[in-house]
Amino acid sequence: MVNNSIQRTSKFRLFLAKEGNAYAFISGYALMFIIFIVVPVLLAVLLSFTLFDTIQFPTFIGLKNYVTLLTQDDIFMKYVLPNTIEFAVIVGPGGYLLSFILAWMLAQLPHLPRTILALILYSPSMTSGVAMSVVWLSIFSGDQNGYLNSLMLNYNFIQEPIQWLQSPQYLMPIMIIVTLWSSMGVGFLAMLAGILEINPEMYEAGALDGISNRFQEIIYITIPSMRPQMLFGAVMAIVSTFQAGAIGVTLSGANPTPQYAGQLIVNHIEDYGFLRYEMGYAAAISVVLLLMVLIFARVANSLFGSRE
Amino acid sequence: MSIFKPKRHSGIHYSGMNPKGYHPSQIKFYIILLPLSLFMLLPMVFIISHAFKPPDELFAYPPRFFVTNPTIKNFTDLFAKMSNSGVPVSRYLFNSIVITIVTIALSILVSTTAAYALSKKRFRLKQTLFAVNTLALMFVPIAVTIPRFLVIEQLGLMDTFWVHVLPALAMPVGLFLIKQFIDGIPDEIIEAARIDGANDVNIYYQIILPMIKPAIATIAILTFQATWNNADVSSLYINDESLKTFAFYITTLTSTTAGANAVAGQGIAAAASLIMFLPNLIIFLILQSQVMSTMSHSGLK
Repeated sequence: MVNNSIQRTSKFRLFLAKEGNAYAFISGYALMFIIFIVVPVLLAVLLSFTLFDTIQFPTFIGLKNYVTLLTQDDIFMKYVLPNTIEFAVIVGPGGYLLSFILAWMLAQLPHLPRTILALILYSPSMTSGVAMSVVWLSIFSGDQNGYLNSLMLNYNFIQEPIQWLQSPQYLMPIMIIVTLWSSMGVGFLAMLAGILEINPEMYEAGALDGISNRFQEIIYITIPSMRPQMLFGAVMAIVSTFQAGAIGVTLSGANPTPQYAGQLIVNHIEDYGFLRYEMGYAAAISVVLLLMVLIFARVANSLFGSRE
Repeated sequence: MSIFKPKRHSGIHYSGMNPKGYHPSQIKFYIILLPLSLFMLLPMVFIISHAFKPPDELFAYPPRFFVTNPTIKNFTDLFAKMSNSGVPVSRYLFNSIVITIVTIALSILVSTTAAYALSKKRFRLKQTLFAVNTLALMFVPIAVTIPRFLVIEQLGLMDTFWVHVLPALAMPVGLFLIKQFIDGIPDEIIEAARIDGANDVNIYYQIILPMIKPAIATIAILTFQATWNNADVSSLYINDESLKTFAFYITTLTSTTAGANAVAGQGIAAAASLIMFLPNLIIFLILQSQVMSTMSHSGLK
C-alpha cells in the first residue's frame, strides 16, 4: 500500500514536471472558458428538461418542454421559427456571399485603394447596434420627419408617412438590410487575406489547363485554394447571424415585436426567460438554437472542410 | 534593362490578383465598389453630421442630411447631464474606459499564454482542448444568456466590476487566431532557446510575445469591440447605476420602451453615439495592417 502511494506521488511529480507548465499556461483561459461557456451550455441542456420558475428548485419533467415547443407553442411555429429561418437564410449565406464577392473584387485593386475600400466596408461591423440605433431610428422614423419618409413624400412615392418600424410587413426587410449592412466582419477580412495569399502561379497553371473565364477561375482555383478561410468565414457568418437576433427588438423598441413580425428565436428565449420567468422552457429554446447553429456549421463544413 | 526581365504575368493570362498598380481591367470593380462604399458610409457620415446639429436642424422639416451650422452644444449638454438616477454621464464613460482597458490587458494575457501552450507545448489533452475551442467558435453567447445569468448569480458576481471583465475573457476566436499565428513560428527557434537554458516563461515572454504582435493587435481589437460596445452586461447583471457603462447609457437615451423622451434626447443621443463610434474607427485605423496579417493565418481546416 505504502509503496503504491509513493509510486503514485512520483508519477504525479513526473506528470507535473512534464506537463505541469502547459496546464499552468492554459489555466487562466480554461477557467473562464469552463465557467462562462461550458457550464452555461451544460446548464441549458439540464434545465431544458425541467420546470423552473427561478423561485422553486427545478423539477424534472423530461422532454415536456420540447414537446410543448414543437406542438403547442403557436407563436414559435407560426412566427418565430419561420422568421428565424428567413432571417438566417438571407442574412447568413447572403452576407457570406457578399463578403466573398467584395473581397474578390477588392483583391484585384492596388494596395492603397483596396485598404481604404476594405476599411469602409468593414467599419459597419465594428459598430454595435447600440451606437447605430440612433441612426436607424432617425432614418426609419414613422412620422414625416423620418429621413426615408421625408424623401419618399418629397418625390410623391407615398402620400402619407409609413410607420416603418411598427409595420409587420416592413420590419423584417429593414432588419435584414441593417444586418447585411454590417455583415462584412472578421470573416470578410479573413477571406480577403486568403485570396491575396493565393500563389499567382496557380492562375497561370489554370489558364494553361484550359480555364477560360473568371467564373471558372473562382470555382476551380480561388475557392479550393482558400478553403480554410472560406470555412472560417462561414462559421463567423453563421455565428454573427444568430447573434444579431436582438436587432428587431432594438429597432421596434418592443419585445414581442409588432405582431411578432420581427420575432426571432433569440427574442423568444428572452421573452420566456426574462419576461415570463419560465426558465426551463427558455432553456429548451436555447438548446434548439444551439443545435440550429451546429447544423448550419455542419453544412458549411461539408462544403469547405478539409477533404481527407 | 527591364525589357529582359521575364514578366510575372507572362501575357498568357492576366489574373489581376494583388496588382502592383493600375490596370484598365480594374475599372469595372471601381464602378461597383465606389458607389457601394459610399452607400455603406452613409449611416456613419450621418452620425457624424447629426451629432453637430443645433436643435432647429435636428427637427427641421424637411429633415436635412448634412449639418449647416455645426455646434458642439450637443456634447456640452451631454456632459452637463445626469442620468435619471443622478449619475453624471462622465462616470459612465469613465467606467467604460477602465473596463475596456482592464479587459483587453487580461484577455491578451490569458489568450496568449493558452495559445502558446496549445501550439508549442506537448501534453495529453492538447488536441482535445483545441478541438473543444474550435467547436466553441460556433458558440452563440446570446443563446445561453439565462444559464449564464444563473452562473454569475451563484458566483456572487452580480453588481461587481468583474462581471464586465471575466466573461469577455472566454473568447474562442481570439485564442484560435493567436494559436494559428504561433503555429507559424518555427519550433527550431524554441528548441534553440531551450538548449540555451530558457524556461517556458522566458520563451513565452522573450520569444513568442515579440513575434506575435500582429495577433495581439487583432485580439485587442476584437476584445475592444466586444467590451466597449457592450450594453448587455450592464442591463443584465448590474443594478448599481454607478457601475454601468456608456453603451448602456446610450440605450436609455434611444430606447422607446424605457420611457425616454426620444425627441428631447435626440441631440444628446447623437453626440453620445459619435463618442461611442469614433474609438472603434481610430483603433482599427491604427492596427489594420496587423489585423490583415493575422487574418491570413485564420484558416479553419
